[in-house]
Amino acid sequence: MIELVSHERCITCQACVTACPENVFDKVPHRPPVIARPDDCQTCFLCELYCPVDALYVSPFAERHVAVDEAELIAKGLLGGFRRAMGWEGGHPAGTDRDLTYRMFEDGRVAP
Amino acid sequence: MAVQEKSFDARRAESAPKQVDVLVIGGGPAGVWAALTAAERGASVLLAEKGLVGTGGATAAGNTTTIYAGPSSLEREAAIKRRLQHAQGLADRHWIERVIDESFARLNQLADWGYRYPVDQHGQSYRGSLRGADYLRFMRRRLRKAGVEVLDQSPALELLLDDDGAAAGAVGVNRLTNEVWTVHAGAVVVASGGCAFLSNGLGTNGLTGDGLLMAGEAGATFSGMEFSGQYGISPLFASVTKGIMYFWATFTDEDGNELPGEGDRQGIVARQLLKGRCFAVIDKAPPYLQQGMRVGQPNMFIAFDRTGIDPFKQRFEVALRYEGTVRGPGGLAINDDGATSVVGLYAAGDAASRENMVGAASGGGGPNATWALSTGIWAGRAAAEFVARLGNKHHLRKPKPSGQVGLRPTRETRTELGAREVIKAVQSEILPIAKNFFRREEPLRQSLAALDGVWAAASGELSAAHLPAAELVRAREAAAMLATARWVVASAVERRETRGLNRRDDHPKQDPALARRLFTGGLDSVWVSAEAQSRALAS
Ligand SMILES: Cc1cc2nc3c(=O)[nH]c(=O)nc-3n(C[C@H](O)[C@H](O)[C@H](O)COP(=O)(O)OP(=O)(O)OC[C@H]3O[C@@H](n4cnc5c(N)ncnc54)[C@H](O)[C@@H]3O)c2cc1C
Ligand code: SF4
Ligand code: SF4
Repeated sequence: MIELVSHERCITCQACVTACPENVFDKVPHRPPVIARPDDCQTCFLCELYCPVDALYVSPFAERHVAVDEAELIAKGLLGGFRRAMGWEGGHPAGTDRDLTYRMFEDGRVAP
Repeated sequence: MAVQEKSFDARRAESAPKQVDVLVIGGGPAGVWAALTAAERGASVLLAEKGLVGTGGATAAGNTTTIYAGPSSLEREAAIKRRLQHAQGLADRHWIERVIDESFARLNQLADWGYRYPVDQHGQSYRGSLRGADYLRFMRRRLRKAGVEVLDQSPALELLLDDDGAAAGAVGVNRLTNEVWTVHAGAVVVASGGCAFLSNGLGTNGLTGDGLLMAGEAGATFSGMEFSGQYGISPLFASVTKGIMYFWATFTDEDGNELPGEGDRQGIVARQLLKGRCFAVIDKAPPYLQQGMRVGQPNMFIAFDRTGIDPFKQRFEVALRYEGTVRGPGGLAINDDGATSVVGLYAAGDAASRENMVGAASGGGGPNATWALSTGIWAGRAAAEFVARLGNKHHLRKPKPSGQVGLRPTRETRTELGAREVIKAVQSEILPIAKNFFRREEPLRQSLAALDGVWAAASGELSAAHLPAAELVRAREAAAMLATARWVVASAVERRETRGLNRRDDHPKQDPALARRLFTGGLDSVWVSAEAQSRALAS
């Protein structure tokens, strides 16, 4: 579930507010958005992908809240990890040409 | 909770209707292809999406494997054979062929438009997989170019019908602004996906059967709703129900004993979960493949990386999350053009019954995405043609709202039945594997009776008419899950055999006489009827 909007990093662009498919955030004028409905979060990581400055952290625990420490997340290099793995930059899509999913279909064990 | 001064109907009456030829509800792959195709045919098109066109639905959250097979290729023949085999008598070869062929052309067109496919080890452009978030973002740009108006964060809440009962638009609400919107349209395409009952499976919580409820209120017919004993495997703590990697997994019980059941991943886990805890380790993938998985499925590995688990070496506890009609085939019955039994109402993707393509089985891992793409195109095309035949007449219609439960309760005096209570009640009948993965007559009948009771109460009492957008949407989602659950359970009662995703412990064998579709529908009283002739006998 979504656990952090970093006030240090957030540039209040509101991208996460419009991107969240579960309407978890509320917009606050000129301020970072608030996590208004955390229990509606579906742990899809997509807000992280859309955030241009890696200000969000979605904990992988889908059904329980976990307290997070921003400094620790930064130290461990966890902020923006999903975006980097996908290859998106500044909220812009990239990286599909580096997808290696096809390897799972090479030995014929699985076929669509 | 802030109460709105004005009722939903008062807010609706104040919203100035937009007028378009085709309204598309839902912006996953089925919806975006429907909208694009209708626009290419010259129709004015509006697409309303609950989340964002780009993040909403089952495709957005994951990668999506497709069937990419050229005309008269060996792959095409093999894919068709595989489908027919899995379908257990209820698919249609002609449909499988046309779905594969339509998608093949479009997957190539995506490359021509600039979608960047990877290059495989043979130096070939690999077109059998799309990255969901990128695919939909890409399609969003195409929609803009084609002049489609997109309403994000704007779930539809009810259909509008004309005097003859034909679909003539919809009413919804913008979740960010709280404004009610009204669209009058010549035709409506339902592409709102399946129903996974808020089980927290990857990308499925927005998929609550809303379009099914709306179509049901207009009197539409559904098919294959019993083929819905579909669950996805996830790590116990996480939402990620990516199933493909478990082909290389070993499943064990708490003591580390390996669990039998070659190939049937969900079955292995389900049987173990009835007894106790279940664990998995993806220990059969060589390093080359591990890298393929890691790069190809980032959301799966982000979950592991953030908890410090190495899934290739360490056992992790797994769970099953219900996917209902998302990866299960049931949905609105459609004809060759994607038309439902309601005039002017079309359906595509997971909202439509996928039996023609996958029969009684799940079509995860390729068929489903291919189905969404092709049926989206057909529904968009047929809707545009339907509107062209209507001419300008549709602008003169006076569409009326058709939503009931959650919007317009039948009783004057109400106790406080909330959406969350309804959702809990539905989930307690539909999520447990003991009730819905493994089915039996008596428990199914008890579930149906319980759900009928909740329906009667909700019809009378559930109302969010005076509540803000988020609550209005929840109430309709609750009603939609409740309606869908009743069509699922009522159909499962009637199919007294085990076939595909209808596993009946009390009828463990397939019955050749039941090689026929089951149709269902109805709200206050749910009906089920069987296709007149058995397919095995017919062919
Ligand atoms: C984890 C997972 C992995 C999968 N992997 C594969 C795969 O590899 N290959 C494959 O073939 N299939 C796969 N599938 C299935 C595939 O994702 C679906 O078949 C496909 O997304 C269906 O497309 P759709 O457009 O019909 O529905 P969706 O993609 O679910 O889109 C429906 C859209 O409608 C919107 N909506 C819902 N209600 C409303 C409303 N009231 N008003 C407006 N909009 C609304 C939703 O927000 C959503 O954006 C997978 C499914 C899951 C869950
Ligand atoms: S993880 Fe998904 S549902 Fe949760 S806040 Fe982010 S975008 Fe919204
Ligand atoms: S997307 Fe990132 S920067 Fe923009 S408002 Fe959200 S948290 Fe702040």
